[in-house]
Amino acid sequence: MPNDIIFTVNNLKVHFDISSPFITRLINGAPKLVLKAVDGLSFRIRRGETFSLVGESGCGKSTVARAVSGLYSVTSGDIIIDGQNLAEVKNKSKITDISRRMQMIFQSPYASLDPRWRVRDIIAEPIRAFGLAKNKEDERSQVEKLLRQVGLSERDGEKFPHEFSGGQRQRISIARALSSRPEFLICDEPTSALDVSVQAQILNLMTELQDELGLTYLFISHDLAVIDHISDWIGVMYLGRVCEITPKAALFSNPLHPYTRLLLETIPDLKGNNKRSPLEGEVPSPITPPSGCTFHPRCPFAKERCKRERPELITLGESQVACHAVEEKRL
Amino acid sequence: MAVVDISNLCIEFPTRRGVLSAVENLSLSIEAGEILGVVGESGAGKSLTGNAIVGLLEPPGHVTAGTIFLNGRDITHLRESEMRKIRGAQIGVIFQDPLTSLDPLYTIGRQLTQTILTHQDMTRAEAKKRAIDLLIEVGIPAPEKRFDAYPHEFSGGMRQRVVIALALCCEPCLIIADEPTTALDVSVQAQIITLLKRLAREKGVATMLVTHDMGVIAEAADRVAVIYSGRLAEIGTVRSIIDNPQHPYTKGLMDSIPQIGQNLKSLPNIVGSMPRLDDRPSGCAFNPRCSKSKDICRRELPNMIAAGDTGQSAACWIYAEGDEYA
Repeated sequence: MPNDIIFTVNNLKVHFDISSPFITRLINGAPKLVLKAVDGLSFRIRRGETFSLVGESGCGKSTVARAVSGLYSVTSGDIIIDGQNLAEVKNKSKITDISRRMQMIFQSPYASLDPRWRVRDIIAEPIRAFGLAKNKEDERSQVEKLLRQVGLSERDGEKFPHEFSGGQRQRISIARALSSRPEFLICDEPTSALDVSVQAQILNLMTELQDELGLTYLFISHDLAVIDHISDWIGVMYLGRVCEITPKAALFSNPLHPYTRLLLETIPDLKGNNKRSPLEGEVPSPITPPSGCTFHPRCPFAKERCKRERPELITLGESQVACHAVEEKRL
Repeated sequence: MAVVDISNLCIEFPTRRGVLSAVENLSLSIEAGEILGVVGESGAGKSLTGNAIVGLLEPPGHVTAGTIFLNGRDITHLRESEMRKIRGAQIGVIFQDPLTSLDPLYTIGRQLTQTILTHQDMTRAEAKKRAIDLLIEVGIPAPEKRFDAYPHEFSGGMRQRVVIALALCCEPCLIIADEPTTALDVSVQAQIITLLKRLAREKGVATMLVTHDMGVIAEAADRVAVIYSGRLAEIGTVRSIIDNPQHPYTKGLMDSIPQIGQNLKSLPNIVGSMPRLDDRPSGCAFNPRCSKSKDICRRELPNMIAAGDTGQSAACWIYAEGDEYA
């Protein structure tokens, strides 16, 4: 059902100009340099579900999160939320409404909370910015409710961020993100700065809140076990492109793309019985990506065609995959 | 004889509001060729223990009791000038972030040869040859070309290899690796772990691997020490700790790690958080979070005793003799 889709990204491109200053370029005869952090990315998210982007560092997953939330400007492509194309919305009150409905949780709760603000002010800022409280009393009760919702006590509102541990700070970030009553949360590695025992608490809190408030998550992580726990759908990214989009169960039982297989093989296993074969090589630089399929230099199934032609996403059952080998049924 | 032998180590930080004891009565030892994993939450004191061994505790932190023996020599309170001779020569250190542990202004070749020349009696040409051999050993392609490259010209994984090469310069008998893979991607992580394991097996280097990542521990370590709030909670072989943890904290820690294909609605977790150092409860530091805590746990500090049938020991009253616990 199309009206089920709350969020669509179509052919999103985010390019950064990283050339030297004009005069230096002129003297050295150097060309312009463009870093294609995200280069043609498409996915859709259904209401109430969690869509995750996974990939190694430098693959562009955080850039997607920042472009979608408006922190980076988009080079081209559409971001559509609830049928409204963000690029076409010009009406100021509509823009405010969209930003209220979309909030973000950042990776490091040490950097994302202002150390000079009291926790209650941090949480109340979106409430004030969007005028969501009738009066001071109402604002206060909203903040107290949010604190309880994320498992902190009402008295914690009077404290400053440095008085809290990493896990508690991340709870404060979540309370702040929820204070404008959003429907859609962008979570950029929300647990990777935390210890495992605390990570479990935060992940549980996030799933509880999703059930309670019907939230939709765009979840960014490099940790496949975390992704497996929280997602409904998973997109695997490599060098600014999606190589596979698939329901969670299919990714782990039946990975299609050679890169996905390789990622699954490199997960450290607690049982200690899989001798993971260390994969040779690293992610190439996105400034000078390989021709054709960007994964071909590391791919054991690469052929001539992979070096020449860039594979597009093809649909296979519920999944989508961008790979010539899969298309040609070599895999 | 163990390469490094720590007994009853205490590290304290005097502050305006009183003395914080960050590490209490910690004892452990590492044999040649063995990798000892040290795990615990941030702030548990795992890095401090590593820093104490190499004499790099940040003041005002200092060792107040206990001893550290390296190959039978007491190095607990060595003078800085003495310690410098040991650090880099007998003990190699690998830190978490390879970018901050290399000097951005010098080529990696210069950093390597300088370390070699400081500790060993060699000519410049010999040192260069040794440096290139080291780069080959840690798996850097085209080492002659890379010799004159600066740290920023390397990727994260390659940089960490250079740091490992630096740690290996003078063939140390002990390597302290403090979160060596945390800043790296999983695929690169596997390469670095394989390298560390090879060094332990082939060169008989004793390795202390400090990390909070149980996956890395499962793959690399021979034995594991679990630290909670500055105290040793459990120590044993890697399989016994992972498959059959005995201390309630270790159990909770192992359960809270998400596993692929588990399909749980919510992850098991330990309620609450680790106490602050100035606010440590009396008795066992874990008692407020422990589902099995009894009176004695709140009163008295448990000692390390044999626990379970897989040979590890744990600091928990459950395993104490007699019926004090009941």
